[in-house]
Amino acid sequence: MLLLTCPCCGVTAEETEFHAGGEAHIVRRAGDADADADLGRYLFERKNPKGLHFERWRHQFGCGKWFHVLRDTRTLEVFGAYDIKATEPPAELVRHAELRLAAQGLPLISTR
Amino acid sequence: MAEQNAAEKPTSDRPGGGAGGGSQSQGAGAKSSGSKPLSNAMRLPEGGVAIDRNRPVAFRVNGETVSGYEGDTLASALIAAGRHFVARSFKYHRPRGFVASGVEEPNALFGIGEGDRFEPNVRGTMVEIHDGLVAKTQNHFPSLEYDLGSMNAIAARMFPAGFYYKTFLKPRIAWKHVFEPIIRQAAGLGKAPSKPDRDTYEHFYYACDVLVAGGGLAGLLAAKAAAAGGARVLLVEQSAFLGGRALVDDGTVAHPEKGEIALADYVAELVAELEATPNVRIRTRTQASAHEDHNYVLCYERLTDHDPSLPGPRHRLWRVRAGRVIAATGSIERPIAFAYNDVPGIMLAGAMRDYLGLYAAKPGERVVVFTNNDDAYRTAIALRSAGVEVPAILDSREGSNGDLPQIARQMGLRMMFGSVIAKAYGKKRVEGVDAAELRASGRPGAPERLDCDAVAMSGGWSPAVHLYSHSGGKLRWDEDALMFRPDEDKAPIRWDGAPGVACAGRASGHLDWAAIAADGIRAGLAAASAVGKPPAQPLESPRFWSARMDRIEPMWFAPAHGRETAGNKHFLDYQNDVTAADVELAAREGYESVEHAKRYTTLGMATDQGKLSNINGLAILADARRVSIPEVGTTTFRPPYTPISIGSIAGREKGALFKPVRETPMAGWHAARSPAWEPVGDWRRPYAYPDRARNEDVEEAVNREILTTREKVGMLDASTLGKIVVSGPDAGAFLDLIYTNMMSTLKVGRCRYGLMCDDNGYLFDDGVVVRLAEDKFLCHTTSGGADRVHAWMEEWIQTEWHHLKVFTVNATEQYAQIAVAGPRSRAVLEALSPSMDLSGEALAFMSFADGTLGGCPARVHRISFSGELSYEIATPAAFGRALWEAIFEAGVEHGITPYGTEALHVMRAEKGFIMIGDETDGTVTPLDLNLGWAVSKKKADFIGRRALRRPFLTDPNRKRLVGLLTEAPTDVLPHAAHAVEGTRPDGKPQTIGHVTSSYWSPTLKRSIAMALIRRGPERMGETLTFSVDKGVDMRARVVDPVFYDPDNARQKL
Repeated sequence: MLLLTCPCCGVTAEETEFHAGGEAHIVRRAGDADADADLGRYLFERKNPKGLHFERWRHQFGCGKWFHVLRDTRTLEVFGAYDIKATEPPAELVRHAELRLAAQGLPLISTR
Repeated sequence: MAEQNAAEKPTSDRPGGGAGGGSQSQGAGAKSSGSKPLSNAMRLPEGGVAIDRNRPVAFRVNGETVSGYEGDTLASALIAAGRHFVARSFKYHRPRGFVASGVEEPNALFGIGEGDRFEPNVRGTMVEIHDGLVAKTQNHFPSLEYDLGSMNAIAARMFPAGFYYKTFLKPRIAWKHVFEPIIRQAAGLGKAPSKPDRDTYEHFYYACDVLVAGGGLAGLLAAKAAAAGGARVLLVEQSAFLGGRALVDDGTVAHPEKGEIALADYVAELVAELEATPNVRIRTRTQASAHEDHNYVLCYERLTDHDPSLPGPRHRLWRVRAGRVIAATGSIERPIAFAYNDVPGIMLAGAMRDYLGLYAAKPGERVVVFTNNDDAYRTAIALRSAGVEVPAILDSREGSNGDLPQIARQMGLRMMFGSVIAKAYGKKRVEGVDAAELRASGRPGAPERLDCDAVAMSGGWSPAVHLYSHSGGKLRWDEDALMFRPDEDKAPIRWDGAPGVACAGRASGHLDWAAIAADGIRAGLAAASAVGKPPAQPLESPRFWSARMDRIEPMWFAPAHGRETAGNKHFLDYQNDVTAADVELAAREGYESVEHAKRYTTLGMATDQGKLSNINGLAILADARRVSIPEVGTTTFRPPYTPISIGSIAGREKGALFKPVRETPMAGWHAARSPAWEPVGDWRRPYAYPDRARNEDVEEAVNREILTTREKVGMLDASTLGKIVVSGPDAGAFLDLIYTNMMSTLKVGRCRYGLMCDDNGYLFDDGVVVRLAEDKFLCHTTSGGADRVHAWMEEWIQTEWHHLKVFTVNATEQYAQIAVAGPRSRAVLEALSPSMDLSGEALAFMSFADGTLGGCPARVHRISFSGELSYEIATPAAFGRALWEAIFEAGVEHGITPYGTEALHVMRAEKGFIMIGDETDGTVTPLDLNLGWAVSKKKADFIGRRALRRPFLTDPNRKRLVGLLTEAPTDVLPHAAHAVEGTRPDGKPQTIGHVTSSYWSPTLKRSIAMALIRRGPERMGETLTFSVDKGVDMRARVVDPVFYDPDNARQKL
């Protein structure tokens, strides 16, 4: 049972109060100009990393807001959360995560 | 009554004691043998810190009354009565007795209680006796004493490891009809309860800075250190009292005022101090059962098991989130594998000290001790001090320079170094052992028979690292101490990556009191610092004295003579009857991984999860594979630590609270008519309203409701329909993206049916969209889909199109909604509202008007899902019941009927309207359902637009919607019946589609169906074959799916 903090309303709550939304920063490739292969990648291809995972969560039974989280799927350490509108993670958050991994002697395996 | 009288009779008519002795073989509650042991016959005249001799307690085992004292466990009271044989083993039904004194007990499982208060498989070592307690032994037929299942033991050679895998491969059919019924009868531990549980259970949410699991010396000192700086501390202890082994084992403390005092007295002071500390909360009979991610800990509290007369819940599950967890969970002693080491009376050495020290219960009159370490000498010394004979201490080591063997020697005890037990004698109670020299060749020397009625064994101690390991804490093998200890560099972590759990005391691998105390204080201070509340002053540990110990030496397998040489009577796992020979066989057959060997042999499975057998099994496996123990590795410890009750997991979420039912404001009106109900999503809706006075059945009711609606007027509670309000300047633009058809062009005051696809192009919800204002829409969704659709809209607004100025509200429960359908619906409503103009000219089809109906605020939509002239009226939920009743009363003179969901379904099918979940299954597009007219060709984007152009979605061979009329009008096609045509390459019939909806249509007086058929619309007029059962076909003609009023004349009246 993870413990997550919603960056929108500031509440720290049980995982069951949130809804997991899967991999973050997927660009919607569903326009007329997009080839079937691009559409297929957008619809179906997801990373399943053993390591850093940029992901989306929604504070389902709270303020209702979506947000981004950076988490390590090996240790379940949550490095931080950031705005859902961000198209890429804040550099300082990534740096923080990399320092934490280095401190634990874990290899850096990232989705990005 | 007879049974009660029998139970009240004295348990023995023999005067005096004399129940002990080497030949004793009575089982618990045995009714068959002549002489029965006396209650408390083996009780020491004084001592026993856990019992209150002023409070005798009587309880029943297999119908026979036994007595003990308050504070006794079922185990201690039976041992005090001289009874060890209390169980039969799982596989061979061998007689078994108590091995341990705590949660690790593998053998002594009982059924506790009766009727609606019964629990099977309860460890007798954890049951506190109370007046009226009823216990039954398990796993035997017809009785514990004479058990037919023990035949298995005679045929033991036919039940090797992997027996089930090897035996039951073929024939497959025999498994179901022969093997499984026999095994089900023979196997299994206790019986399941026969009645619903009368007790209540609850969950309790709790947050603390530091959770200390375990109330022994290390846990108490850790709690004190952790709390010294103000941290909120919760200390839980699984047993009924605090102190752990400090209450029993020797050792003293240098007290600042009183000088040197006993450990037990020091612990009492410590407990009193903690109880007076406001930021420390202590719960006994509460076990930290599971450590989950991010320091989420489940604690299992047993509130009334020791006294069922207490009010309140029986068990409570604490759901604790802790800043830091200290696992002061103690250690578990290991048995030694020697031939016939499972005979009742053979116990762990430490457990014997518990029975002596806590309960003043003598395990026997003559006790042989067998050990590979110094700690078991404590047992020999304690037994001798209690007046028990100790014929010999067999020590597999060559010698020991520790303090305890020295004391034993001074007491005159016979010590046999370099010796092992080569064999134990006795069936229902141990009668003696063969002592043998351990020769360099690995073979035992000549046996010397020693008579005894109990054996104390100790193979060393293993830290109870379960809680530390549950969510990923790693262990390291300590070759000197012969134990897996927690690896502090690889502790389980919290949400922020900081270590979440630390072990303390014996759980860290310490066995010396000074080291245990220092480790407890260290862990407490570290936890206080980790949660930001370190004490202002350093906490000093008092000085402890405990015996100096010499080192432990490996003794994983005591060699035996003759037939037992191979280890087929060297039991490792008592509960599953797994022997050393079984593990060696597994290794020989290639099950080298510990996880495979476990599953092949069942070592470490069932209720005790290998608490006694794990390390011994690893050692045997390592030896068989000629590798080291750490190379074999450990199996994963999974929560819970011990079995916890299902009731505690359910808490209060049972019965009506298991899954709360959503009800509409009109639910009471419906319920008064005892309708047939149907679950729809989380809702409960009337399926039909049978006329109970006329004994109408459900089918007749459905037909009547449909015909009445078609001919006169009917009304439906449609309040469950999803109602999502979408507003803002970009609401229209947003809905253009959400729906496949155009919504921004909808005029204020008008309604439009819309479809929603996912980005795969698959249809997932539909409903009527109403434009309330220029910047405000009301989107109706399916009853089960409202929450999903609302979440779907929010996801797109927040994560993709956040530039749009739009927001949504799920107003489903804010409005009640009533459909009034049928040719007389207008007349009914007009009677309720002279002021509203409901005529066809003023309120055209697919438009709405606001007004008042029957005194209730009403939005009247002119939409139809039945094909009849129809109005759907929304009113604030609080008016729902009043408006419903007003419409019903106004409708009586027109012959109105309420109709349920089944009439709704049939009427929509008669009109060829699709139903999400019937015609769709997550792989169906709007085009498959001939709804291309509702898929915009003008819009640049909507969800699913691009996907709908994928080749396999535009393939003309796709299944598409058609109607079906069976050849025989009374044949109703089964739901999901497959249409078959020709044969597949393998000779089986080729499926070309399936039935999606099928009903008896009372309107058409024949059956109707809809189906998805390959190239369906091109097959109009063809007759298809449907395989409905083995060898049974139905034939049906492909027709247009609109069966009734294809010109839509009736709904536009």
